Amino acid sequence: MAVDQNLNIELGKQGVFVTTIQDLYNWGRRSSIWPMQFGLACCAIEMIATTMARYDLARFGSEVFRPSPRQADLMIISGTVTKKMAPQVVRLYNQMAEPRYVIAMGACAISGGPFKQGYNVLKGIDRYIPVDVHIPGCPPRPEALIQAFMTLQKKIDEQHLTGQERPRHLDEEAPGEFPVPKFGEHDLDPPSNPGTWTVPKIIQ
Amino acid sequence: MKSVEEIKTAIQAAVPGAAVKVILNPSVSAQHSLLIGAEHAVEVAEFLRDDAELALDFLSNVTGVDWLDKEVAEKVKVTRQVPKMVDGDEQVIEETVEETRKHVEPGYLEAVYHLFSVAKKHGPVILRMRTANRTDQVELPSFTPVWRSAEFQEREVFDLFGIVFEGHPDLRRLLMWDEFKDHPMRRDYVEPDDFEYEPTPHDEVLKRAQEHKAKVAAGEASQ
Repeated sequence: MAVDQNLNIELGKQGVFVTTIQDLYNWGRRSSIWPMQFGLACCAIEMIATTMARYDLARFGSEVFRPSPRQADLMIISGTVTKKMAPQVVRLYNQMAEPRYVIAMGACAISGGPFKQGYNVLKGIDRYIPVDVHIPGCPPRPEALIQAFMTLQKKIDEQHLTGQERPRHLDEEAPGEFPVPKFGEHDLDPPSNPGTWTVPKIIQ
Repeated sequence: MKSVEEIKTAIQAAVPGAAVKVILNPSVSAQHSLLIGAEHAVEVAEFLRDDAELALDFLSNVTGVDWLDKEVAEKVKVTRQVPKMVDGDEQVIEETVEETRKHVEPGYLEAVYHLFSVAKKHGPVILRMRTANRTDQVELPSFTPVWRSAEFQEREVFDLFGIVFEGHPDLRRLLMWDEFKDHPMRRDYVEPDDFEYEPTPHDEVLKRAQEHKAKVAAGEASQ
């Protein structure tokens, strides 16, 4: 339920500012997405470059990289997720407080990339945790990561606080914890979380 | 630096009974190597390190090679006694026939070491060691007590090829997790069947993806 735009302008002229809780809440959240200080491979170098003066991620309110998952809102999967690292990634994601978001940065994080057929590489982190924004590239340039931030901000802006469309953290039924895969004798066990990931349909 | 033949002679003079064989590399690089027997390997390594002239004080690289069982066909001349009719009576005549015989040379795992001398600025000297087979006799002596830099690299070779280095102070898997059972760099390694989603398959991947699809259709795999 948004405030009528003309009425808003009229009230603004009188020095009255009117908004909804939803707009205020989403504005606050999207303007202070704190990422977790967590890099996996070469994409992390681009992520670091994005935070520095030339690309200046601070313009989006995301310059505060937190060293603890408890204080972070966003996990940037920046690089190759090896099968040995995957349980730790899921565990860190579980330790983050809701609302939490995930950006899968680069070819490796979204599919395994050039290492896809390797015996030690996970074929995309979305097999275990829900991903909000995928950005392709090897590695993606800082502009692409900023694009991902803007996409995520747009996504947060459009979230409703109530109703069927409400985000996971406002839905009591939604899963809060994602099963951590175990080290098996030949592969991770299970190889993917069926609650999060099903085989996508290939349309040719 | 001494040539491989000279090094071989020096080793055999210093370590009596050491099995050393020169393996020639016919390519342009001509990097010949020395195949040494596992029995006296540590003494040989200590000699190479401590010898004043060679002074191979730096082990730069350890790697493994997996050699599968090999079927060898060779032509042999065989002399047989063949009964034959000559002028009406039976006689036994010797006959020489060429025969192709096939036999299987058992496979083995090989550890390869590249040695350099920082003091003398020469190298590499390449050592090889071979296990008895690929399955149950995969032990080789460890060079970690001789060169500390072998420690992690031998752990890696143990992890990926399954060569067990005896005398290694801390032989655990290095790259894969402890619960892992396979050795991924072996040529008969079978990777887990996770080819359920291959948007752009080709060659080997296409084959595996089709096999997976067939399995799902037959109800043997879940998705």
